[in-house]
Amino acid sequence: MANKNVIYGINGPVVTVKNAKDFSMMEMVYVGEERLVGEIIGITDNTTTVQVYEETSGLKPGDPIVGTGAPMNVTLGPGIIDNIFDGIERPLSEIEKSSGAFISRGASVPSLDPNKKWNVTIKVKPGDKLFGGQIYATLPETPIIEHRLLVPPLVKECEVISVKPDGEYTLHDTIVTVKDENGKEMELTLCQKWPIRTPRPVKNRLSASIPLVTGQRVIDTLFPIAKGGTAAIPGGFGTGKTMTQHQLAKWCDADIIIYVGCGERGNEMSQVLQEFSELIDPKSNRPMTDRTVLIANTSNMPVAAREASIYTGVTLAEYYRDMGYNCAIMADSTSRWAEALREISGRLEEMPAEEGFPAYLPSRLSEFYERACLADTLCGAQGSVTMIGAVSPQGGDMSEPVTQNTKRFTRCFWALDKDLAYSRHYPAINWLSSYSEYFTDLDPWFVKNVGEDFIKYRGRISALLQEESSLMEIVKLIGSDVLPDDQKLVIETCRVIRVGFLQQNAFHPEDTYVPLEKQKQMMKTILYLHKKAKHLVGAGIPISRVLETGLFDKLTKMKYDIPNNKLEMFDQYRAEIREKLAQAAQA
Amino acid sequence: MIIDYVGVKEINGSLIVIDGVQDASFDEIVEIRLDNGTRRQGRIVQMDGQRIVVQVFEGTRGLSLENTRTRLTGHPMEIALSPEIIGRVFDGVGRPIDGLGDIFPDKKADINGTPINPVSRVYPQNYINTGISTIDTLMTLIRGQKLPIFSGSGMSHNELAVQIVRQAKIADEAGQGFCVVFAAMGVKNDVADYFRRSFEESGVLQRVVMFLNLSNDPIIERTLTPRCALTAAEYLAFTLNMHVLVIMTDITSYAEALREFSSSKGEIPGRKGYPGYLYSDLASLYERAGMVKGSTGSVTQIPILTMPNDDITHPIPDLTGYITEGQIVLDRALQGQGLYPPVSVLPSLSRLMKDGIGEGFTRADHPALQNQLFASVAKVNDARSLASVIGEEELSPTDKKYMQFGKLFETYFVNQGFSTNRSIDESLDLGWKLLGTLPRAELDRVDDAILDEYYNETSPEDFKQ
Repeated sequence: MANKNVIYGINGPVVTVKNAKDFSMMEMVYVGEERLVGEIIGITDNTTTVQVYEETSGLKPGDPIVGTGAPMNVTLGPGIIDNIFDGIERPLSEIEKSSGAFISRGASVPSLDPNKKWNVTIKVKPGDKLFGGQIYATLPETPIIEHRLLVPPLVKECEVISVKPDGEYTLHDTIVTVKDENGKEMELTLCQKWPIRTPRPVKNRLSASIPLVTGQRVIDTLFPIAKGGTAAIPGGFGTGKTMTQHQLAKWCDADIIIYVGCGERGNEMSQVLQEFSELIDPKSNRPMTDRTVLIANTSNMPVAAREASIYTGVTLAEYYRDMGYNCAIMADSTSRWAEALREISGRLEEMPAEEGFPAYLPSRLSEFYERACLADTLCGAQGSVTMIGAVSPQGGDMSEPVTQNTKRFTRCFWALDKDLAYSRHYPAINWLSSYSEYFTDLDPWFVKNVGEDFIKYRGRISALLQEESSLMEIVKLIGSDVLPDDQKLVIETCRVIRVGFLQQNAFHPEDTYVPLEKQKQMMKTILYLHKKAKHLVGAGIPISRVLETGLFDKLTKMKYDIPNNKLEMFDQYRAEIREKLAQAAQA
Repeated sequence: MIIDYVGVKEINGSLIVIDGVQDASFDEIVEIRLDNGTRRQGRIVQMDGQRIVVQVFEGTRGLSLENTRTRLTGHPMEIALSPEIIGRVFDGVGRPIDGLGDIFPDKKADINGTPINPVSRVYPQNYINTGISTIDTLMTLIRGQKLPIFSGSGMSHNELAVQIVRQAKIADEAGQGFCVVFAAMGVKNDVADYFRRSFEESGVLQRVVMFLNLSNDPIIERTLTPRCALTAAEYLAFTLNMHVLVIMTDITSYAEALREFSSSKGEIPGRKGYPGYLYSDLASLYERAGMVKGSTGSVTQIPILTMPNDDITHPIPDLTGYITEGQIVLDRALQGQGLYPPVSVLPSLSRLMKDGIGEGFTRADHPALQNQLFASVAKVNDARSLASVIGEEELSPTDKKYMQFGKLFETYFVNQGFSTNRSIDESLDLGWKLLGTLPRAELDRVDDAILDEYYNETSPEDFKQ
């Protein structure tokens, strides 16, 4: 037998092989008798280094290592949605069937169910010319997602020779046979493979122009994100990163959500599983799970698979993007991924850069975030991958390398603030240190769909908040009593903005998701009150009398009191403001 | 055939290197016999061909290049498990030290365990009534949760843990058994003794499994102590269907042992010299809390850690906070005022409480009250920092109300004492009574309907009884 490769050394998840010549970089390998999944990460003249995606205890020097000849890849096909995978696309519910509640090693289960029958409609006929990325068949994957089978994107041009009739097929049935330009025949089944570290090609990238509407006021109004955009949510522990991610996953208007739990808590994943299966998507009236893929690599699962999990997630997202869907990928948390890089880098005894992270951390991060895009896909549709990555800065210190480098490669920065979280102001997105670079890209859309005044109100709201923050500096030093009435009014209005607008209750049925029109009306009403009250204060009426009207408290609670489908109530509110302030002026 | 390997190649700290070893496997346990007849255990931590690096649990004192014989055991680190372990005392690596003889094992289990499959987890939703107002109301402990106590040297974290064990109504409606697994890592003898005595006084000692690695025991054993304890806990919970409360103290000593071990292996250090894998390593402990389908038991963890220099941003509390589902933070200033338990409310948090409180669990008004108390206490802090600049006299009437509320909150709500056991209704009612000292307009986190039902104006005199 030619050249059998065996393990030489073992150090945690890193295994070395001596004198192997037949492995290539990033090739996927099986390690040991139990066939643990691994990947080649380093080759020198006489030593090959493998990172193993599973616990290595029990491996012995001399155990075999077998190459697969292909890089680390995932299987793409129907059955991805409504599933929960580990970091290397193994379905956890299948693993549960084979090994019980605790994950044993070397679990070898197919990524997608090979026996399930899908109701396929063929979209091509013999003689058709096909290009890479074109649709050759469709099937209903869930009641709301039509799965479109695509010619592997690297195929240049081919001609259809034969097709099967429409009907029920399983994952590996050949349904279309094609011949490429060299006359080589190729069989197209319901699935294909794609290496996770290579971005899937698109026809051309488009610039951001459509917002990802999330129904979260502070995001949609003050720091909007575009479809195909990138955002980072940094925050220390307990500031609500995961809650914010959950809210976005539940309510944002993407077609498909890929939720990557990367090195996070197991109980959190079981919560997502439970909540998403109970929660009904208001747009489709179907459970959220019908549009969700979960990738769970909890913090106690092997570290190398954690490193792979975000690539697996983004590859799945790109596959659905290529079908013409808007996908959003939530990675919680990218810091755990960076730490996995650091851990493996340490085992390889590489020269560390800042805080022990490897020097290639920034380039890996940029490679990852650059896979987000809005694009014309090869099949002629428009699709997008939006990326929202949580960052867990060590000690809540935003100057650490992962946060800083993430900041360079993302265009939205939703900084979570410890003080806001301590006072249970959620979402604890700090309105002074967060930013979005998408304003100019998205303004035309907002003007067209929500109205020009939306942008005007947004500007006024942020200006008021800025003014409040400088006033608060004074208040902190000498108390609020010394301020003149017009400045007191700013503080009172901003209290309404903060508590009544920016703060949003995820557990309140009306408040958990707020449509853009209501967001606009809320801003309009708050600003209307401010304008009218300012008028009164300017005319010498003491602010205490304005406050006695109870209007400020009433507006603080309008988020609960005005249902999302009764926006005409805002007119009554404004009428009441007019009346009560007029009374206050006369009294 | 069993082979003895005579001598070692190299000794460095607690690590020894042996050459020419056949058929060893990674993470295997080896037995080392010295010429004078003593035996030690070690674990293979690195392998290069036939050269193995072994970490010796009891340390390498007395070892020379020639006076040892090493034998492979053929299995990773295991402990013996049977229902008899309840009520017993073990050392840091699971050997009985109470003189009652060896455990006759039902089964042996690898102490490293295997990760719980996320789809097999049951989402924890049953709250544990600890009888402590601050915890029950504001950071409710849930069965299957991991909720650490962040403390500092000299603060009353041990008393708090004991009080939780004593008061916690953890057995379920079916009267199913509960037990406590206590893991001491590098704690002082007095502390271990305090726990033992307290368990005895509260009558739970027969239901406690103790794993003791005291501060003068070998540090390498310390890295195994919590794993032994959690393996026992998993066995009790998932095989015997009991509700298990695991108390691990002190995580800081554990992390320090890990650092010492890592640096002796010559690994590249991360922050503050701790190994880069500290997060994964701590996670492999904390993530062993929870409940799984097919079993009615649960593992709830209360790890205790003393924050070095009371610094919550230190890597140990920081990484712990990222893994655990919340934290109970103790505050030295409160302790200094003689308040017990000195729970600092604002930085404390329970992530699982939102689905385990309210209607059907505790009481319908609980979420609103909890939200409002946090918000009001945050305002107290603002008022206090303002008062420290301009003096209390100059504060606005509302801010003065907050100062008063803060005082009452600490005196009556936080400071409940070591022996007071409050029911959840008592705690919630006390919370509303305190909020009654604030003007109704200040309670902006609560729906009017709830305020109508629960808000009654009160004055400070109402609290003096």
